[in-house]
Amino acid sequence: MAAKTQRIEVMLETLLESVDLAESISMRVAEAAGFPEEEVHKIGMAVREGVINAYNYGNQQDRQKKIMMTVELQPDNMIVRVLDQGKGFELTEIPDPLAEENLLRTSGRGLFLMRAFMDDFRVERGPEGGAHLIMVKKLPQPVSDNGKHKPE
Amino acid sequence: MALQGTRRQLGDVTIVDFSGKITLGEGSAMLRNTVRELINSGNKKILLSLYDVDYIDSSGIGELVSAYTTVKNASGELKLLHLTKRVHDILQITRLFTVFDVQSEEGAAIRSFKS
Repeated sequence: MAAKTQRIEVMLETLLESVDLAESISMRVAEAAGFPEEEVHKIGMAVREGVINAYNYGNQQDRQKKIMMTVELQPDNMIVRVLDQGKGFELTEIPDPLAEENLLRTSGRGLFLMRAFMDDFRVERGPEGGAHLIMVKKLPQPVSDNGKHKPE
Repeated sequence: MALQGTRRQLGDVTIVDFSGKITLGEGSAMLRNTVRELINSGNKKILLSLYDVDYIDSSGIGELVSAYTTVKNASGELKLLHLTKRVHDILQITRLFTVFDVQSEEGAAIRSFKS
């Protein structure tokens, strides 16, 4: 039987400080879930990039808009969702930052880093049209019903 | 920790020893302002020592790229020295190792600037 899913929802203001806050929350959850230090760092950084994306490009630093972040611990995965109130975008519209002609661009690497640091990354349209970033990281070991790691 | 930079001059090479995080906000702005000030005051050989920089995000990476092009457009040279593992890894996965001249030893780095 699957362990119970745990979920944290945070409504973030469109402020620079929200980037650090979101990173910090996700790192604490990742630590509690048993990820090793370097993976905790990568998860934090991916979430940081997700919220930077929402702050800068989605909500365009408009303080009237909000950023919704959800961190979910499922039996096998940690899932982080970041939803903004912007116009949304398609991943296929984003230039490849590794292409020779884009190496000297000063922006456009955040999505690449999210993809690089998480096991799965996708972008959907939110209910009101904003970008809904979904990042998935497999837990180091499945957690059983009593909260302990299952033996290999 | 907020980014801090200490400048040293060795011959015609300006070395900036950075410590802290190069991230969106103050860190990125500090890096940008430092490089602009150096260029505006005629320093064209710039070595950024990142020994104590253990965190850089996409904004910081963008700022490093911007610094590189700013210095290059002023006919100068910008090199990086003493990368921490995390900064090294980020530059590697973003293919920016192919753009930056990354040095691991200060003396060799200084000698590598064109005379």
